[in-house]
Amino acid sequence: MKYIDEFRDGALAKGLARAIAAEADPARSYRLMEFCGGHTHAISRYGLEDLLPPNVRMIHGPGCPVCVLPIARIDAAIWLARQDGVTLCTYGDMMRIPASGRISLLKAKAEGCDVRMVQSTMDALALARRHPERQIVFFAIGFETTTPPTAVALKQAQAQGLGNFSVFCNHVLTPPAIAAILDSPEAGSENGVRLDGFIGPAHVSTVIGSRPYEPFADGYRKPVAIAGFEPLDVMQAILMLMRQINDGRHAVENEFIRAVTREGNAKAQALMAEVFRLRDTFEWRGLGLLPRSALAIRDAFAPWDAERRWDVPDQPVADNKACECGAILRGVKRPAECKLFGTACTPDNPMGSCMVSAEGACAAHWTYGRFRTAGKERRP
Amino acid sequence: MCLALPALVTEVLPDDMAKVEIGGVRQTISLALVSDVAPGDYVIVHVGYALTRLDPAEAEKTLALFAELGVTAAGPA
Ligand code: SF4
Repeated sequence: MKYIDEFRDGALAKGLARAIAAEADPARSYRLMEFCGGHTHAISRYGLEDLLPPNVRMIHGPGCPVCVLPIARIDAAIWLARQDGVTLCTYGDMMRIPASGRISLLKAKAEGCDVRMVQSTMDALALARRHPERQIVFFAIGFETTTPPTAVALKQAQAQGLGNFSVFCNHVLTPPAIAAILDSPEAGSENGVRLDGFIGPAHVSTVIGSRPYEPFADGYRKPVAIAGFEPLDVMQAILMLMRQINDGRHAVENEFIRAVTREGNAKAQALMAEVFRLRDTFEWRGLGLLPRSALAIRDAFAPWDAERRWDVPDQPVADNKACECGAILRGVKRPAECKLFGTACTPDNPMGSCMVSAEGACAAHWTYGRFRTAGKERRP
Repeated sequence: MCLALPALVTEVLPDDMAKVEIGGVRQTISLALVSDVAPGDYVIVHVGYALTRLDPAEAEKTLALFAELGVTAAGPA
């Protein structure tokens, strides 16, 4: 496939691995966080860690949208699915996340709730048009990549006067999550998550541009390299970060220049600003309550806001105690350090959110990494 | 969830829609988030929407850089 296969070329990968090995200063260690779950997936799938020198370590970040949604919000979606006349639709990954009492949307569906998987907000709108007798609620989740499509759907629902469509909005923002990781008390501690640089998300950055990362380079003095999702993109970004670290620089660099500009997608940003406003605070799995980190629907679109149409429950719910998703999302623990990993918790029978989505650190490690690391755990 | 793929635009349709091809698979997507897309352009598609255009010249430059880095690293460094 054009613009995919070339960026997975094995010979080029070997060359980049040599360049990385040559750049690695044996007197240092490099601890790099890939923020985004798409990068976590690519790193595991292509075994990139095997191509890195032992003193370069990748730390998984909280950028898996399915993983960071707290149990309370999934409980709320299940509550909505149980209301009279409601058809709840959402993206596939959301269906299997275990919520309170290990109920998932999939189980609610088996119990008779009308829960549907959709590929796009356009499918949800089409359902609403086809079924005027039903209340179609779109359970919206995701970072800035998935937010503009929800904005388009709300605009269309308003323009078409679709009275039986609404959105249960759970969209979250990338920069506050990066700030939370850097501000966490664990960030400076010996056993905690010392980070030397960040790989910036690919598709989120096509929308927001590279500018929102500049405070992390300027204020926190952390190098950032925005990377595409293919394995060579990630390797090149690792090399760019290592060069910055070796040179003592901290700038925002962009490896994904074929799709990301400094300004981002102005049209998508304008749509988001028109439809959504910042929430004062929002709970994230693993990161807790983060101020100004999530979006709610503006008053102008109130008739299409599921949180105003129903009195959606909003009580915090504690995570499953044995599940380490929280620590994994903060970069403090690795999947294999969870006692349930691979025993009580597998993709077929997930206990926590990180085992559900292909972008979750536990699912990625289960699918691609567990045999590779079995004999050679390393931790510089 | 956040995965998105480069797709070739084959036809621009009314109402901000387009036909695209992703690795031989045809799909109809929305162009509501981008401007001035024409057949022959590559766009990055996520949950049924084009998020941005892909710049072929920049893609070539990136690939050329990868090749160059590999060659340099193989030299007597
Ligand atoms: S292995 Fe399962 S239970 Fe353990 S942290 Fe991962 S998702 Fe949670």
